[in-house]
Amino acid sequence: MARSQSASQTAGPYVHIGCTPNFAGLENMYGGHELGAEMFSSDAVGTWMTVTGQIFDGDGMPVTDAMLEFWQTDASGRYAPHGGSEGWGRRAVDAEEARYKLRTILPAGLGCEAPHIKVWIVARGINLGLHTRIYFDGQDNWQDPVLAAIDDPVRKSSLIATRDGDHYTFDIHLQGDYETVFLNV
Amino acid sequence: MSLHPQALTPDYRSSRLRSPNQKLLSLPAGPGELTGPTFGHGLIGPNDNDLIINYAAPGQAAIGEQLMVHGYLLDENARPVSNALLEFWQANAGGRYRHQKDSYLAPLDPNFGGCGRTITDSNGYYSLRTVRPGPYPWPNGGNDWRPAHIHFSCFGTGWAQRLITQMYFEGDPHIPLCPIVQSTADPKAIEGLTARLDMANTEPMNFRAFRFDVILRGKESTLFENKLEGN
Ligand SMILES: [Fe+3]
Repeated sequence: MARSQSASQTAGPYVHIGCTPNFAGLENMYGGHELGAEMFSSDAVGTWMTVTGQIFDGDGMPVTDAMLEFWQTDASGRYAPHGGSEGWGRRAVDAEEARYKLRTILPAGLGCEAPHIKVWIVARGINLGLHTRIYFDGQDNWQDPVLAAIDDPVRKSSLIATRDGDHYTFDIHLQGDYETVFLNV
Repeated sequence: MSLHPQALTPDYRSSRLRSPNQKLLSLPAGPGELTGPTFGHGLIGPNDNDLIINYAAPGQAAIGEQLMVHGYLLDENARPVSNALLEFWQANAGGRYRHQKDSYLAPLDPNFGGCGRTITDSNGYYSLRTVRPGPYPWPNGGNDWRPAHIHFSCFGTGWAQRLITQMYFEGDPHIPLCPIVQSTADPKAIEGLTARLDMANTEPMNFRAFRFDVILRGKESTLFENKLEGN
């Protein structure tokens, strides 16, 4: 018998207790290992890089209780080809500036999709987790179906991380003039 | 069918500045939406789903009403979602979280951490043991109290199924008063988030059981259908 999906409810301000308990101060929970701490094993082939950014609310204030999750292809354009959680990561943003930092490899495009990292955002005040994507400045982005569907150049640029060598910056604005494009996945 | 809350629900004040103003961009599903990370059963320690003892000193236990919460992780077509990671977190029996930012006057329980996790079996079944969380007051502009609840984080088989929700307890008088519960305007949605007392699985002289199923978006829902049609 078909049943309705369970409704989403906000992750609330204490999501880190459940998802990153060691960060939340539950010392040595699950042996001290935080799920999603590594996007790939250190011997993964590809171009290693860092992505950092902050998350802001409609007043430009940092959303310091957010949790982000990431999902991406490997350097040959495959999602976890061997199963497991390679290509998946999870971050608590820091409690002062709502900053995250990701060390990962540059994903490869798949079909007409340009290389990107999928992002899922939960926090107090977010009733249903928000989906977005990090694209990369300097990649072949022009035929990507998501970017192609956005006419406004400011909106489009909200999805493209800026580059400085092997470091990319990608901020997230939940609301306002620089609001990030969110996806109905 | 989805009964998710709108992004902006003004009675829940935190949503006012944290909800996008622009419409979400609809997206045809690609391989990345249909796949997701998997976590083997080997990840899970023997007490990970037992919040009564998983943070307690040896021989000690968390204080509170002892419960088993159990049920199935299913998709909309009632098919089991097996081998999926579920994570839980909750306040202690007095309504206090073990968190730096929770300054509610109820005491911490030294033997209660408030987090647990498990992986569903081949039938989508899961269970956890815990103490009943207390209701707690929260800053929302008035005299607001959360009904007793357990937070659930759920993975499915695809990225598009990722869900965080909350479980409430049958008969809690705070359910109709809580702006977070009521963000899901549909009474059927709230019913779906409410665990039922399950006397058949209650262990005499030991613990009461509550039954709570979580239903994820199905393979036949819009996204997955669009995919099959090459939309
Ligand atoms: Fe809570």
